[in-house]
Amino acid sequence: MKYLKAFGQFWYDFIIGDDWKIAVAVVLALGVLLAAMKADLFGDHGLAVLGGVAIVVFFAASLAIDVRPKKPKS
Amino acid sequence: MSAASWGLLIATFAACFVEMVEATTIVMAMGFTRSWRSAMIGTGAALAALAVVTAFTGYALATWMPESALQLAIGGLLLIFGLQWLRKAILRASGRKAMHDEDQIYLDEVESARAAGAAPSEGLDLFSFMVSFKGVFLEGMEVVFIVITFGLNAKDVPVAVVGAAAAVVVVLGIAMALRRPLAMIPENLLKYGVGLLLASFGTYWAVEGIGIFRTGQESLAWPGKDAAILGLIAIWFLLSRVFIAALRAAQPPATTTVNSTPVQELAK
Repeated sequence: MKYLKAFGQFWYDFIIGDDWKIAVAVVLALGVLLAAMKADLFGDHGLAVLGGVAIVVFFAASLAIDVRPKKPKS
Repeated sequence: MSAASWGLLIATFAACFVEMVEATTIVMAMGFTRSWRSAMIGTGAALAALAVVTAFTGYALATWMPESALQLAIGGLLLIFGLQWLRKAILRASGRKAMHDEDQIYLDEVESARAAGAAPSEGLDLFSFMVSFKGVFLEGMEVVFIVITFGLNAKDVPVAVVGAAAAVVVVLGIAMALRRPLAMIPENLLKYGVGLLLASFGTYWAVEGIGIFRTGQESLAWPGKDAAILGLIAIWFLLSRVFIAALRAAQPPATTTVNSTPVQELAK
């Protein structure tokens, strides 16, 4: 069990790293692109541009959350 | 050689270069303070393990996964990797995170090596072996991942391998000539550049790979095809500069000191 936990922790650290919000941002951005593709919103080029924009926007949001001024603890 | 092949070569060389610098610092600390023989055996064992992982993973991915699934899985992971690197580069450049300092890392490793007690006079020093093995294997895993992902997606594994191997040779050459931590190498700048490349290629492939979910499983197509990668690099660069400028304006940058003391003095 200890080795299994260590194995899982290794892959979590390797892939997710020290900021899980980035992985969430990537998944959300690709989710938006998938929804747009399933809804036939655009052609191939339009979908690719939408995907790129979504990734940039979600990453910017995750970084903005990361560096926001923290409220002092009362 | 095409522009895409050059991009592939530069990306794998730079990524492998920075990871090799970090691994070399760890091995040097073990070698200078405990046992060169055990540190080198640990390094060799880690390189052999990495070669097995590369061969097995590369073969499995290339053989069993359809192209668009490969692009999505690999592009998605590459994107997460790249954005992690970019995030750290932005935080470092804006003074929100301490700069990566090989001299300080070397001193920390030396301290832990000494705290582990004296190395045995005969046989294998298990501490040097394990620390060197772990350092090289963990840093190398990122390189393996980058080489496999870039190589398979660009359909040019040999160029990716050449880029990584060249970096290994260059770093080892510099380390053998200088015999001290490679703190003079602009690692933070290199990591910023690699972050931009990984984020751009990752965006390109992850978006293409979403096509796995449509009828026919055909990859999505970017306008301008491969040239779109240049546009993505420009966009990620601009976004990072905007963040760095905004964060610098919001908070005065922290000062850092990087020295390049010879290793014999650092180890005292």
